[in-house]
This record gives sequence, structure tokens and C-alpha cells, in this order.
Amino acid sequence: MYEHDVIVVGGGGAGLRAAIAAHEAGADVAIVTKLHPVRSHTGAAEGGINAALREGDDWELHAYDTMKGSDYLGDAPAIETLAKDAPKDTITLEHWGMPFSREEDGTVSQRPFGGLSFPRTTYAGAETGHHLLHTLYEQVVKRGVQVYDEWFVMNLAVTDEPDPNDRTCHGVVAYDVQTGKIQGFKANKGVILATGGPGQAFDHTTNAVSCTGDGPAMAYRAGVPLEDMEFIQFHPTSLPSTGVLISEGVRGEGGILYNNEGERFMFEHGYANNAGELASRDVVSRAELTEVNEGRGVKDEYVHLDMRHLGADRILDRLENILHLAEDFEGVDGLVEPMPVKPGQHYAMGGIETDENGETCIGGLYAAGECACVSVHGGNRLGGNALPELIVFGKRAGYHAAGKDLGEAQIETGYAEGVEEEGDIDLPIEPGEAGIEPATGDAVADGSGQVADADAAVERAVEAERERVDHLMDKDDGVQHAEIRAKLQKAMTADVNVFRTEEGIKRALKVIRECREEYQDVYVDDPSRTFNTDLQQTYETRNLIDVAETIALGALVRKEFRGAHWRYEKQERDDENWLKHTMISWNGGKPSVWYRPVILEGEDKTYEPKIRSY
Amino acid sequence: MSTQQQEPEQPDTQEAPADPEMKGEESPQQKRLKRKEEDAAAREKAADASELEGETVLIKVFRYDPEVADKQEPRFDEFHVPYEKGMTVLDAVMYARDTYDSSLTFRHSCRQAVCGSDAFFINGKQRLACKTQLSDLSWPVRVEPLPHQEVVKDLVVDMEHFYEQMHAVEPYFQSEDLPGGELEEQRQSRENREKIKMSSRCIWCAACMSSCNIAAGDNQYLGPAAINKAYKFAMDDREEAELKEHRLRILEQEHGVWRCQTQFSCTEVCPKDIPLTEHIQELKREAVKKNLKFW
Repeated sequence: MYEHDVIVVGGGGAGLRAAIAAHEAGADVAIVTKLHPVRSHTGAAEGGINAALREGDDWELHAYDTMKGSDYLGDAPAIETLAKDAPKDTITLEHWGMPFSREEDGTVSQRPFGGLSFPRTTYAGAETGHHLLHTLYEQVVKRGVQVYDEWFVMNLAVTDEPDPNDRTCHGVVAYDVQTGKIQGFKANKGVILATGGPGQAFDHTTNAVSCTGDGPAMAYRAGVPLEDMEFIQFHPTSLPSTGVLISEGVRGEGGILYNNEGERFMFEHGYANNAGELASRDVVSRAELTEVNEGRGVKDEYVHLDMRHLGADRILDRLENILHLAEDFEGVDGLVEPMPVKPGQHYAMGGIETDENGETCIGGLYAAGECACVSVHGGNRLGGNALPELIVFGKRAGYHAAGKDLGEAQIETGYAEGVEEEGDIDLPIEPGEAGIEPATGDAVADGSGQVADADAAVERAVEAERERVDHLMDKDDGVQHAEIRAKLQKAMTADVNVFRTEEGIKRALKVIRECREEYQDVYVDDPSRTFNTDLQQTYETRNLIDVAETIALGALVRKEFRGAHWRYEKQERDDENWLKHTMISWNGGKPSVWYRPVILEGEDKTYEPKIRSY
Repeated sequence: MSTQQQEPEQPDTQEAPADPEMKGEESPQQKRLKRKEEDAAAREKAADASELEGETVLIKVFRYDPEVADKQEPRFDEFHVPYEKGMTVLDAVMYARDTYDSSLTFRHSCRQAVCGSDAFFINGKQRLACKTQLSDLSWPVRVEPLPHQEVVKDLVVDMEHFYEQMHAVEPYFQSEDLPGGELEEQRQSRENREKIKMSSRCIWCAACMSSCNIAAGDNQYLGPAAINKAYKFAMDDREEAELKEHRLRILEQEHGVWRCQTQFSCTEVCPKDIPLTEHIQELKREAVKKNLKFW
């Protein structure tokens, strides 16, 4: 058994930042990641980091834009924390050597992004995430933080009190991908989940194949509620063939969207008469799909994004990476022709419920980054707000887990008094259960009252995973994960996409249920313990099933149109009934849905919901 | 075990190694643009990709697993993959894995040329599988692990030595002094950022290290990737002269920059178009200029 003060699961931006902070606060910290840190998906982020750095801008404006962008579903204490910490945390990156793009006077450049009232997006070309990731990894190397790379975390070791709020996380179980060895990792102070997004629940996504929602699935099964899972951001400009992301920076620099009739549809069809292409992502995604659905799409599939008029110099200076992506993945030269783009799954606004210090309702369990929901993004994340979220809340989770006092959190976590329980959801199927576990019991937190002490919790979790792996490997025949995963992805893209109907969501839930049932018969064909990606993906597929179910359930119960969540049956925002977070808890082997009110009261002011127009 | 030797499909047709003094006549950016235009022209000229529609690509994939009896002796497996326009080598091996043999093992993640996981030896050249179009290759397509690296299984190689070399150059900002408080920026001129820009694009895929004959023969040679990483720091004006000297001292050691014989193979295979060889030459010049001893 390995032992550290703080165990960070995931080596992307949030995980690395958390590890640096925990180390600074004096903790013995280790990162356990299924990839090598520099392979993490943070590296694919392109656009930039929002931070109020300049005169004429301030954190309050950033907070206001973010609250408006969230469609009033963000919690003010989280949003204000983001806006206040972002400038300092961004400049910290600059001090660590991050090669930001620069102004004539040598200061960090900023550019306009969708939904921002000031050009406050700092950036490094169109490859900001790459530089952020590498800069953070350099600092991890500098500090000598232990990294267990290519170790796949299979489960959390959590004590099993009946009430999740009383449980404690003592560590994780992971296996060394190179050797297949399964080991316990005991965390004396805390476990921080920083596992990124669940984009692989969809088959057209900008996300890496490693983005399988492992953190949310594990936390959920251990008893932490998942929050606002229905809010999935679809990025308006992904390449049609692969889902590769074309940065919002293209529109920030002046890129224009055209339909097949050469119309600048954002204006000509009245989708956003002021902001045009720079309206927020949900608005632009719907506009594009409407164009395609009404017969004005190119090849009935996509629209054109044109940046030729910006000129080669500006494109090469600020968007060079985009030229390479369009060339390599679509065979299009962005200097001489427009690029084909369509909406693709991009970001999960929802995730593991945490407070602004990164804590969940389970003692010693933290989450940060895309896998977490603080919530700063609410119904819709503004471009350039994901990277500040990583550094701000990664840092806070690291500090807090290491024992640094950050003051009392204002956001409550866990099932609490005064929440409203959903009584009668009309479901086409019984969600959850269906013997998702082929071998042994579920997470350690099964309420059986067996385990209290830390070593025993970790050992028992290790034992359970060893049995589960033996079962999967010993089984000779059955269903393969790839088949189940493809079926799940297809159903989610067909029916839980930009436009959603009750009928469609129910259809998706039925398919998810089928996937659960088929998963009971899953087996691993590769008999080798050496670098068994078959086994790893079998685990990941199970995580995707759980996460996809919460996304679809959230989408089904929220009968309104807010942010990225559009419902055919009710095409308008319903503040009277829905200024609340959708919470889904795993109770006794199945999901239960409940709600928590949104916190619109900030430190000095209350954010009044307004019509969101751009 | 060590893998197969380099077998270039055809001799490299790159222009002759640039004389370091020639630098500045054509910037790396101009060169890349030129190459991009050439690539596009070549693609136009080549058979229209749509003619390949409906075809089946034969891919021959290297297999090895130390644990599985019939894979202990390295071999090639053949997979027939239905071709679709725009299909990459990564798409093809994924198809083979998901459809025919789930034990086929390789690293991959972002599939957009930034995570650096899927550098393989494809038709005799180190390339990223995700950004290599099948239509740009001659068929059948042969996919092997990176040469000169230990093979863990199938296309997966041991990266430990590569990471050690990357870490050996102390690749991190060392200065702890903050300029006038936490909110004041250090300032960097646009020119200086431009100078380090290409070196900062490295995705640690190890294609360059695998293609380097010197690295193959000298296990201690820092190698092109690590030296390029050090270049980024040594040339960044934000760090003091003292640190620059410290970095040059690391680089001019016996197994550092002087080992490079300007064969340009690293520059040739780099999927991010980093002018690695030029960077190494520039560091040699810097080391001489600083009057440091050399080997």
C-alpha cells in the first residue's frame, strides 16, 4: 500500500495545480493519473484564460458576465471567488514562465471572447491549454512531487456509514497499467478528484478518448451528489469529421459564420443582433443547427467559419494552430477557404458537487476542474472560463486538502435540510441497479457498516477490485465494452444533444438501461496483465454509463429552456420554478433526483436574473 | 528487446542542413508555410481521395506481448479496414481493435496532435497516427512501435528514459523572485516570445528521439527533445544571465549539444514543425560565445 498526505487523481490542469498548492502548504502529495500528465486533455484547450487584469475591467464585471452567461444558474460565492482569484492565479502562471502572447509593452495580451463585456481573455496563441499544462507540469517536476503515471484509479476507499455526509474517503485503489498490479493508495489528509470531463458519453465530441467521467462516476457511487448534469456545452465550432475543436478565438479575432447562401446568419436571421458570432456558445450552437435544419447548411451538415479577411499575418500570429488543425483534420487551408464547423459536445458544466474550497460532502474527498461543479458555469460556460476554473479551484482544493485555512465555505454540500425532493418522475425504465457490478459488491460505501478505520477501508477496496478484475479476465465470452460504448454514445448524440425532446430523452434512457444490462455480461478478451487497455476501457465504459444516465435524467426532469439545455416542450426560461440546481444522488443502487436553490446573493450584491440577450 | 532498425521508405528529400549563419533568411514560419503549400499541391496532384472511397486498406501492425505465449515472438498481424475519406492511421488501428481484436494495444488520447501519445513508426517514418491521413500513404500501411525504444506491448514503448532526459535539463523556471508583487507581470518582448515560440510547442511524443541515430547509439545523449526544451528556457529573456549560463553548462556537457551531428532527422519527423536541429546549433554557438569549455 502506498501512503501520502494528499492523493490527486488526474494529471491535467486542475490536478497539477492542486498538487502544487498542496505541496506549497507542506503536504506530501502524489498525483495518480491514467495518462502521463503532459498527455492530459487540458493540453487541447485553445482559447484562453479570463482574468480581469486591466484598467477598465474588474473582478465584478467578470463575475457579472459569468453570472449572466450561466443563465443565472451559477452560485454567486463560487463565481465571485473565480473572478477575484483569477488575476493573481493567471499572473502566477506568467511568473512560472508560461509563454503568453504579448502586447507591444511586453504585458500579457488579452482578446475578446463570447459573452464578455471586456476583452479579458489572456492567451498563448491558439494553444493556451498546451502551454498551461506544460507550465504546471514543469512546476510539479521542480517541486519533486511524486507522479504515478499510467496508473488507472478504479475506485475510492470510503467508509460506509449509512449517511453519505458521515462518510470519509481514505484513499483510492489503482492499477499500474504497465504491469497490471493492483494497489491501494492511502491518503492521510485527502483525495482530490481532477479527472476532467465526460465527453466520451457522446460520439461527436471535442474531448479526448480519455475523457470518460471517471471522477464523477466514482464519487457518485460513493455517495456524493452530481449537480446540474443536464448542462452539457456544445461548442459551435468543431470540425465535422472528427470533432476537433476550432477555438472561439477565431470568432474573438473577427471570424465570421456563413450559411450555404453566404448569409451572415447570426445577424441576418436575428440570432444575436448585437454580439453576432460572439454571442455565447449555446446561442451560436442553436443558430447553426437551426440553419442546417432549415436547409441552409452546407451539405446538410455544417456551416462555414471564415477567417480569411483577417489576413495571413494576424492569423499566423494568433491562430496559427487553427490553420494546422483545419489542414490536418479536414484538408482545408484556412488562409484561402472557409472552414467547415458544426456543434460538438465540448464541456460538462455539471459534475461532482463541491463548495468553493473544493470539498464534497464526504470527508477528505475533494474535486476540481471539469469533473467538479462548484458551480461557476451554471447553465452555460463562457469561453475562457474553464482554464481560470482549473487554476483557481485546483489551487483552493490543494490548499484545503493540505490543511490550509481558507475560511468557511458559503456553499453547502450533501443532502441537506430544506431541499426539495422530486416525487414523481415519469420514467420509461427503472434507472440504476441492473447489476451493474458483474463480480462483487459496489463501492466500499455500501452502508453495510463494516469498515471504519483507514487501512481497512483501503484494503477492502483493493480486495473488491482484485475480485472484479479476476472476474472480468476469467470470463471467456460475453459482450465487449466497445460495442456497449458505441451504442451509448450514439444514443446520447441522437437524443440528448443541443435540441432535446421528452420523447428523445426517454428513448436515450431506455438505451442506457440496455447498456447497463448488457454490461452485466461484459468481459475482457485480452488475457494479458501487461498494458491491458481492454480492461481499462471496460472500467471506463461502466463510468460512462453511470454519468450518461445522470445527464439524461437531469435533462428529463428540467422542463424548461436554460443555458445549454433546450427543451422542445418548453422553449423558455422558467425562473419561478427552476432557479435551482438538479441534484442526483446514488441511493441504495439507484439514482434519486432532488434540488437545491441557486445562490444569487454575492458578497455585496444580489444578481437579479435578467433576460439574456446578446 | 530492441526493435527494428530505421528503414526509411525513401531518402529524405529535405533541403540541405541550413548553415547556422543563413538563419534569418527564411524563418521557420515561412518554411512551414512553404511546406504547407507544397503538401496541399501534392495532395491535389495525387489521386483524388474520393477515388479511394469503398476501398479496403490493409494495415500490418506489429504485435508483441511478453506475457502471451503466441505473441512472445514479435510478429505482424494484418487487418482489413474499410476506408472512409479523411481516415487517419489512428482511425484504422482503432477500427481494427474495436472490430477484430480488443487486445491490440497502443496509446492515444486527444486524437488532435497535441497529447503526443500516438507517435508510431508508420511506413518507415516516425509520425503521429492521429494526424497521418491514410490517403497520403502508400498501401498496405505498416504500423510499428517507435524504433530504438523498448517495446512494452504491441505499439506501446517504454517512455521512462525519454522522460528522464526531459527532466535532466531542469525544465522549469527557476527564478523565485517576483517583479514588484504578485500582480505585476515580468514582461516579455514580442520578439523574445517569437524566438521561443516554436520550442514551446513540443508535445513530448518522442518521435525526434526515436529518429536520432546519435541517441540510438549513446544512451546518455540528452537528445533533441530535451535540448529543445532547454532552449526554451535558455532563450527566454525573463530569466537572469546567471541562469542562462547554468542552463548552457548542462547543455554543453559531454552528452549534450556537441553530440548532435546535424543529420536533421529530428527536424524531419517533428509533428509540430519545431526546427530542432537549428535550435541545437544555436545552443552550440551560445556555448562557444560564452567561452565555456567544450568536448
